[in-house]
Amino acid sequence: MNKTVNQKAWFLILPVLVLVAFSAVIPLMTVVNYSVQDTFGNNQFFWAGLEWFEEMLDSERMWDALGRQLAFSAIILAIEIPLGIFVALNMPKSGFWASLCLVLMSLPLLIPWNVVGTIWQIFGRVDIGLLGHTLAAMGIDYNYTQNIYAAWITVIVMDVWHWTSLVALLAYAGLQSIPDAYYQAAKIDQASRWKVFRFIELPKIMGVLMIAILLRFMDSFMIYTEPFVVTGGGPGNATTFLSIDLVKMALGQFDLGPAAAFSIMYYLVILLISYVFYTVMTNLDKREGY
Amino acid sequence: MAKITLDNLAHSYLPNPKGEDDFALKELNHDWVDGEAYALLGASGCGKSTLLNIISGLLHPSQGRILFDDKDVTHAPTTERNIAQVFQFPVVYDTMTVRDNLAFPLRNRGADAAYVAQRVQQIAAMIGMEDMLNRKARGLAADAKQKISLGRGMVREDVNALLFDEPLTVIDPHMKWELRTQLKSLHHEFGHTMIYVTHDQTEALTFADKVAVMFDGRVVQMGTPQELFERPEHTFVGYFIGSPGMNVLNAEVTGDRAMIAGTQVALGRDFGAPTGKVELGVRPEFTRLTSEDTGLPVTIKRIEDVGRHKIVRADFEGTPLNVIVEEGREISPDMTRITFDPAGVNIYADSWRVAPKGDAA
Repeated sequence: MNKTVNQKAWFLILPVLVLVAFSAVIPLMTVVNYSVQDTFGNNQFFWAGLEWFEEMLDSERMWDALGRQLAFSAIILAIEIPLGIFVALNMPKSGFWASLCLVLMSLPLLIPWNVVGTIWQIFGRVDIGLLGHTLAAMGIDYNYTQNIYAAWITVIVMDVWHWTSLVALLAYAGLQSIPDAYYQAAKIDQASRWKVFRFIELPKIMGVLMIAILLRFMDSFMIYTEPFVVTGGGPGNATTFLSIDLVKMALGQFDLGPAAAFSIMYYLVILLISYVFYTVMTNLDKREGY
Repeated sequence: MAKITLDNLAHSYLPNPKGEDDFALKELNHDWVDGEAYALLGASGCGKSTLLNIISGLLHPSQGRILFDDKDVTHAPTTERNIAQVFQFPVVYDTMTVRDNLAFPLRNRGADAAYVAQRVQQIAAMIGMEDMLNRKARGLAADAKQKISLGRGMVREDVNALLFDEPLTVIDPHMKWELRTQLKSLHHEFGHTMIYVTHDQTEALTFADKVAVMFDGRVVQMGTPQELFERPEHTFVGYFIGSPGMNVLNAEVTGDRAMIAGTQVALGRDFGAPTGKVELGVRPEFTRLTSEDTGLPVTIKRIEDVGRHKIVRADFEGTPLNVIVEEGREISPDMTRITFDPAGVNIYADSWRVAPKGDAA
């Protein structure tokens, strides 16, 4: 077969190149540019090499934020994944109630992040919030602006409220795709409910579950708006996650160099973890026996 | 092992069935004799799988009762019925090894480990997967998976019945023969009651002692392969069984004569005077081409040589007719008429067979 060579065809990909350049490449390069320079104002920049990266790697502040971030992601995954599966298993399979459940469960997913934050910020307030006031009336010391545990619990419960639906919906979709014959065969084989879950349902939803874990991990690892609206990173630095710290550094203190170095490392960590997830996910489908 | 009795059984998938048309399975009374191998044969959507699922308890009938050895199990759950069932598409537990898959039904019933090991080995030998026992079931080809499903169905020795729902659909043709032969020898060895659902007549006729032919939610005939061939009780049985199926012609029948579009045909037996829509059915095997001046005048459309014999596709006043001509017999251009062997002729009124006088059946 003869290939037609037409170099003008390159022009056809020009629009997307321009788009990607403006939306990703140029902003990212700006950050790279900042990360290797220092400034004393007046728009004067000096070459700083890898100084900022070294400083950030030695910075206790960044390691603390990373620790909090990992703890947060681990906790919400440990709650949302099993809870989402549990909800999906108990949802009606078809009919009016199934549709109603799906609509109700989608609602939290449709609410903008800052609105979710505001809802919980007010909900948890000790003076006027339904939750905060009730807990206070019951004699429980709950105040997310002062108590570290209260702040963490609020942020975690808020995330669980906001995102468990996503896991549940994905798991539900996975469960719906299991042919009836599997359940019938399990009945014939006298498998217990647990064995049905362990040997039929779990293996069959593993694929969508990996997607759910990846999405929830990425999102929680980059979380900013909701905790920022509720706790502002406090009390102290107790709920200052990576993004919140980054914004404080870049916009609050205007330390552009360190913040840029921080961003790049943050970006690389997410890239690395996503790559690992992707590899695991693609291999999951191709796994052979033995 | 048990005798299975269906008593006034019927099923509709609608909550409030109005007429007979709403029933996927029409009223049915039948005994499945203990230890026999049955085939349920019929086209897709005729209610075969519905009937099977009712027997295994996966579906609860809208009316009637099911008895296992005269014990009512209509509302008993599947596990209590102690039934094994193999489905159309392979069901394997992906994360388990082949060995664990086969052992699963036994372990769930708390069988002794030594017995499980020995029994699994036996079944693995039967399905030819001894060298794969330690492999994960994931990633196996469809036919290997279906062999595991079959193995899991057969692993319990004490089942009341073994039900197969078109189990060989995904299996390669050469493997089909082998597995079917194994199922049959298994049946001879253990004497389980077996019910085998299929839409493939060869499968049904080679597997079963008795074949139940289903049509439109009804068992239209239950009999040995020979009975189905020689005395189809319903024109559907005639069409569906045989290759090609029975020739069916509109006729007027009085006594031992039939008039087919103006030509008189001798029937050899007295059928009385059937009313309704009367048809004459005769299998291509009992039909002959002749150059003599008797019989129905036909136009020959084409001749297919299938090796063992030739199939002549002919046309009689717009109705297609098939004739089977033994190999080695010449077909000459002057053979323009067809005669029937009276022994192979059946008369139908409104699709159901009319018994000739003096015939007990």
